[in-house]
Amino acid sequence: MKASNPFWKDYLEGQMPPHLAAEIDAFESDLALRRQGKIDERVFAEIRLRRGVYGQRYDSGQRHDGRTTRTLAYPDGKPTKGPNTVWDAPGMQRIKIPFGGLNARQLEVIAELAEEYADGVAHVTTRQDFQLHFVHIDDTPTIMRRLAAVGITTREACGNTIRNVTACPLAGVCRDETFDVTPYAKMTAYYLLGHPECQDFGRKFKIAFSGCKENPCALVRMHDMGFIAAVRELDGALRRGFEVYVGGGLGTVPYQAKLFAEFLPVEELLPLAVAVARVYTKYGEKKNRNTARIKFLVNKLGIEEFKRLVEEERARLEPDPRWEEMLRQIPAYQEAPLKDAGLVEITAPRPAGFERWYRRNVHRQRQSGYAVVTIALPLGDITAWQLRRVADLARKYTRETVRTTVEQNLVLRWVSEADLPALYAELEAAQLAEPVAGTIADIVACPGTDTCKLGIASSRGLAAELRKRLLAQGAHENGGISNLHIKISGCFNSCGQHHVADIGFYGVSRNKNGYTVPHFQLLVGGQWEENAGAYGLAIGAVPAKRVPEALERITRRYLNERAFGESFGAFIKRIGKAECKKMIEDLTHVPPYEEDPSFYVDWSDARVFTIGDLGVGECAGEVVSPVDFQLAACEREAFEAQLLLEAGKVERAARAAYAAMMHGAQALLRFKLGSSPEEPEAVYQQFREHFYDTQLFFDPFAQGKFAHYYFAAHRRDGTAHDAESARQQIEEAQLFLEAAHSCYARMLAARAGK
Amino acid sequence: MPHEPEHVNLKIFACEPAPRDLSGAIPVFHRWIQESAASELLIDVADYRHLAAGPGVILVGFEANYSLDLAENRLGLLYNRKKPVLGPLAAKLRQAYEAAWSACRRLEEEPEFRGALRFNPHACEVIFNDRLLVPNTPETFEALRGELEAFFAGLWGSADFQLERAGEPRERLRVRVALQTASPEPS
Repeated sequence: MKASNPFWKDYLEGQMPPHLAAEIDAFESDLALRRQGKIDERVFAEIRLRRGVYGQRYDSGQRHDGRTTRTLAYPDGKPTKGPNTVWDAPGMQRIKIPFGGLNARQLEVIAELAEEYADGVAHVTTRQDFQLHFVHIDDTPTIMRRLAAVGITTREACGNTIRNVTACPLAGVCRDETFDVTPYAKMTAYYLLGHPECQDFGRKFKIAFSGCKENPCALVRMHDMGFIAAVRELDGALRRGFEVYVGGGLGTVPYQAKLFAEFLPVEELLPLAVAVARVYTKYGEKKNRNTARIKFLVNKLGIEEFKRLVEEERARLEPDPRWEEMLRQIPAYQEAPLKDAGLVEITAPRPAGFERWYRRNVHRQRQSGYAVVTIALPLGDITAWQLRRVADLARKYTRETVRTTVEQNLVLRWVSEADLPALYAELEAAQLAEPVAGTIADIVACPGTDTCKLGIASSRGLAAELRKRLLAQGAHENGGISNLHIKISGCFNSCGQHHVADIGFYGVSRNKNGYTVPHFQLLVGGQWEENAGAYGLAIGAVPAKRVPEALERITRRYLNERAFGESFGAFIKRIGKAECKKMIEDLTHVPPYEEDPSFYVDWSDARVFTIGDLGVGECAGEVVSPVDFQLAACEREAFEAQLLLEAGKVERAARAAYAAMMHGAQALLRFKLGSSPEEPEAVYQQFREHFYDTQLFFDPFAQGKFAHYYFAAHRRDGTAHDAESARQQIEEAQLFLEAAHSCYARMLAARAGK
Repeated sequence: MPHEPEHVNLKIFACEPAPRDLSGAIPVFHRWIQESAASELLIDVADYRHLAAGPGVILVGFEANYSLDLAENRLGLLYNRKKPVLGPLAAKLRQAYEAAWSACRRLEEEPEFRGALRFNPHACEVIFNDRLLVPNTPETFEALRGELEAFFAGLWGSADFQLERAGEPRERLRVRVALQTASPEPS
């Protein structure tokens, strides 16, 4: 695509580490082979994913333009770059940043790439990566070479691999940490990168490191494998190690990671990681990607059996000399300040706005006289010119100690406190000093329908709107609610981490008045603290355009009715989810299109939401079908299951969740066949025959996953549940019902088309 | 200059007072996609209004992007050419200018902006979006000056304009061009 692509390889000769240069050459050859049709499209898709080259919305070559679904006539439709993925369609390049650590030159190169190959913006992800959007696949080898020349690889940024190893951005400077986990995260990231034992996973694998148990900076308990720094006295000496967790993950149904080891000496870190990888490779699901994450394996085997298998593999491992070599390098890892420690002068005149910024965006380091400064990025986005300014400031005030965060921000570490007013003034000039870090206005959002193929609703559009309103209201300054966390995903897949927010949202759709209307499920009760200590549960789907009002109601009620010192989570628990649901019930109403068409358009968009699929006026009026009523009743049942769980009635909760799914299945059967059996086994059989075997119920991406939730609950009905399994079944019921809504909409559309 | 210039971007600045609210660009650009309003394949709309001095609202295309751009807090219509254009630099400049100016005129007439948004056909910035082909150095600027001057003199029918190299060496080569006295719209 880019005219200079052929010249960069020679230009960067000698600047790239030879192994990275060779890998990129190999990838370029794969591109050429795929162009010649010599690599199968499925194989090529995994090859490019393992290089961080990801698909993007509309890369099937089809797009609904608000009137109709149209073919995007890309010049080069063949070959494809994966199943149903057009070669010339823009894609995304993910750039892996282990533990989020960056230097100034790396920031500058990312800025250059954003300008020359993308849309001028770099996006920080919830895994401390960077992403560039609207990138042409033919440019990706050059992008990789330019990154390699500054020591960055995109290898295994996507695909069924070990994804970016994340770590607390305050590691090494945090007042609460046990020790600095940075060198261990770095060692793990580079040891496992391309490791032969990590090349045959059924799904991706995410690792996180945290320096302490209490704070949420690394969210260890929602990871496939997580490490929390610990120290223990062994043989009379204090030794470093980790509390180890496995089998956590968000995704459609979140799982809390299980404690694998209370103390793992640091010498065992790499061997354990390999042993776990072996067990995952050997016993993990490969065929059905919906149950292939390690959380399902741990859940299926039980933590004790899983542990036994890992220990067995560990015993079999041949010692690798790199284990010791890498450990020997740990003490050499050190960050140092550029300037002498200082203090903010109390009497000196300070720039306007400094105090608010200092309160919100500055974190005093463990090392006296130094601070970490957070640069809050709206929606995780930063322009190329701002990246260059951050690079300048990193050189001027620090030894280029910059990190990305899982909250989609940047931090500058080791800033002398004496420099804070001057740094603030320079950040302010770069429009990077918004005093919102870690506040309710510092919203996390995944790409959603902006660029993600799986997005259902516009998470970024909603985030931008909420952010604008919250800032206008001064919510980020309001002590009662300023510290709440809002996280938004565009679909049930949780890339926006909606489960671990005080208030979370994920995109869904509803069939209303003959149209498909963008909605967001609202979740409350998630816990960000204690490394993502608890997951929130959905209380109801609100039309996208009414989400700001729903948020306002919930926060206002909390402000008005909270007891002294009562946290938001405790308040939600006290008033109960039924009361929460009541608060938003009237907001679920969607006026007819003719009365208010804005409800039928998503945030940051102008197109009527999938109107072309159903046909304008086809179902005009206020007609509500029996299926709509039945599915609404099922949602009520699923919600009641939550209330039962909240009341500690675990078995009844699980049973109610199962019933919600079965009744949803009955609603669909009635619509399709005119009637449904009542006996559970017969419902199961008929649903399987008419909706699963025919693939009618299949989600375009998740396939039959949601039907399996119902099948599993049916098989399990009558067996004992614990709180965790009941919670999972409730989550699954909710997702099954979302899929039922989608299936119903598809059947309606098909009928309308007849 | 090591290579022939390619990927010529062109930003035509809006007249002051320029509108601050760019929300109107979202329905406008979606309509342009529906109506295939440009010669390029138009794909999608990207909303970056939340970014200070950022790309504003982008109409993403295959061969080129159009955006209501806010770089340096100065509103303008940016034409970002992604696919190479055949011919000498003058042909590339003409292609970029014509595409950008045509989009400007269309935007001015859109109901969302009518009466509120005007573009100045005689104040623009040329950006060479490729650091390797066209590095931002005084030498590159001097090497291109003659062709740029000839192009704008021909376009505006006047030699009374200033060319100024903008930005620092890390940035892409940017050249600001502004006519000193008013003159008719470009031919």
